[in-house]
Amino acid sequence: MAGTGKVHMRGEDALVAVEDLVMEFPAGRRAVVHAVSGISFDILEGETLGLVGESGCGKSTTGRAMMQLPSPTAGSVRFDGVEMTELSKEDLRRTRTRMQMIFQDPISSLNPRRKVKDIVAEGLSIWHNDAGDTAVQKVNEVLDAVGLDPEVVSDRRPHQFSGGQCQRICIARALVLDPKVIICDEPVSALDVSVQAQILNLLEEMKERYGLTLVFIAHDLAVVKNVSDRVVVMYLGKVCEVAGPDTLYAHPAHPYTDVLLASIPEPDPDHPVSDRQITGELPSPINPPSGCRFRTRCEKVQDLCSEEEPELREIAPDHFVACHFPNEVPVSVNGDGDGDGS
Amino acid sequence: MAAERPLLEVENLRTYFDTPRGILKAVDGVSFTLDKGETIGIVGESGSGKSVLVRSIMNILTSNAIIPDGSEVFFDGKDTRNLSRSEAKHFWGTQMAMIFQDPMTSLNPVKKVGIQITESIRYHLGASKQEAMERALELMVQVGIPEPRKRLKEYPHQLSGGMRQRVTIAIALACNPKLLIADEPTTALDVTVQKQILDLLASLQEELGMAMILITHDLGVVAGRARRIGVMYAGKMVETADTTTLFHHMNHPYTEALFKSIPRVEHQSHTRLDAISGRPPDMVLDLVGCRFAPRCRYAQEQCITDEPDLFDTGQTGHRQACFYPVGSPENAEALAANQATGITAAGLDLTAAAVS
Repeated sequence: MAGTGKVHMRGEDALVAVEDLVMEFPAGRRAVVHAVSGISFDILEGETLGLVGESGCGKSTTGRAMMQLPSPTAGSVRFDGVEMTELSKEDLRRTRTRMQMIFQDPISSLNPRRKVKDIVAEGLSIWHNDAGDTAVQKVNEVLDAVGLDPEVVSDRRPHQFSGGQCQRICIARALVLDPKVIICDEPVSALDVSVQAQILNLLEEMKERYGLTLVFIAHDLAVVKNVSDRVVVMYLGKVCEVAGPDTLYAHPAHPYTDVLLASIPEPDPDHPVSDRQITGELPSPINPPSGCRFRTRCEKVQDLCSEEEPELREIAPDHFVACHFPNEVPVSVNGDGDGDGS
Repeated sequence: MAAERPLLEVENLRTYFDTPRGILKAVDGVSFTLDKGETIGIVGESGSGKSVLVRSIMNILTSNAIIPDGSEVFFDGKDTRNLSRSEAKHFWGTQMAMIFQDPMTSLNPVKKVGIQITESIRYHLGASKQEAMERALELMVQVGIPEPRKRLKEYPHQLSGGMRQRVTIAIALACNPKLLIADEPTTALDVTVQKQILDLLASLQEELGMAMILITHDLGVVAGRARRIGVMYAGKMVETADTTTLFHHMNHPYTEALFKSIPRVEHQSHTRLDAISGRPPDMVLDLVGCRFAPRCRYAQEQCITDEPDLFDTGQTGHRQACFYPVGSPENAEALAANQATGITAAGLDLTAAAVS
């Protein structure tokens, strides 16, 4: 599980490039939580990057570190040619208008005492002193775009809405300043399957309409596959595998990706429940295992895994894995071959 | 029909709540039976009444709940609603037990895990502290908690989400209940942990011969786990069948819509999902006609005026409540008619993208 290695980076064209990102938090008594330990990835303009992993793998921390919330312990985050980690407070504030976030729990991320129109207009009223008509227009436009009728919802408060509608309000709030990048931190995991589909479709539509670049953080691989153009699988603060969604799902190379895929409940009674199960618990990020961090729970573990940390390497075109003993992957696969047959 | 009486018989169960806005009909006429050792999955969206249904079965409703006459719940031949408070206390735990969605809030944060598991053993079985602790240790091993002796002396916050859910399962199993009710037991958990917990529940059920009611909003969760499935919508059961029949012959448009909204791994990325447009109805209102009609692609005049009852489809044990069941010629006609006008009889615009 090395995150060290940058072979998967695509150079200058990237809109956002995260390099060697390290995030550590003090845990008292001189202990340190190694939440993210040197991961790198980049995002092209108009792309959706999926970040997948279990709770505690550092995916949310990574998303927040990109926003400098808080700034990473080490490493660089370059956004549109600007090094975010070196910006002054004021410059950072200005840059952040172009990078917005959507959170997991839509209800608790909205102020219950404010009206919807004020919640959505907040960014505008901070940045454009000329509020008034243009601001109202903009608010109405984004509310309409997310499928809410501005006339009906403007004067209501969050408690009058269901979870799915609150998530729409959050999306409207993120859109109002015309951002380039939206970081979605588990935007659908608190929602029902039926509402989840509505929100996923909406995100795709908004991406198209406003030319957005998305970072989509989730623990459900099926959801991530549906929206992403590239998927980064994380485990305990490291990158395991990077690939296009269809390649990754057809030919998972990392044993961890394999287990994650086997855990998805199939809505098909004829599909036998897989007997593959991840064993044990996530090791403590205060004292992560040596070498490959996944070795304590890996079926294929060998001596080498504890001695040497695997580096990300390209095993097929645009398919990168950090494992000493990855699964066989057909090399001839042309990037997007879907795993039919299932 | 069966010679032996089912373990649980629910007959025309209605649960209403007296709220400031009026009478809220959370469960409105649900019937089903459950045999010993069987698992039934109950699937539906938030607000469909599935949690209220099982709370009514357990008789743990809030004080503003009203159960109108004619609702019957028989457990092991006994009417659970006529139990006195003291009888009920011994009924919970030894006969029926429940696991809830969020393991953090269902455990007491200031009591050690061991105390919480032994509490019911000592209360119901009158075991001594020593005996109860031994039983607790056995349970911890049974639910797959590593280092059980150490864990018994820990507090819930020291455990991960999956481990906490294992503890709540241990508590539920402590007095060998005949029926285990799992109310969204894995919704708050990661996919990997979800699989562990579902596997655990399946193996424990087999080992102990318990019956189980598994509640979820995800058809994927019940597909491989339940023998029968009941789909609930707006307080009503709209389709019940055994799992294989249900997945192969989905009759009710709501079941079909729920199924289609699941993102599937087999599909190419960026496949547009068939979301269900709209929202469930407000249950305080007097609802006329089929409750799903406003969101249904097939809705016709009849759906708005008449309320369909559950009826047998001809396949054993398969019942559904729709005038135009999916897969039937009537259904195809209804869809064609709606598509021709671009709008359903209930006013759902079929041409608009499925937003809101």
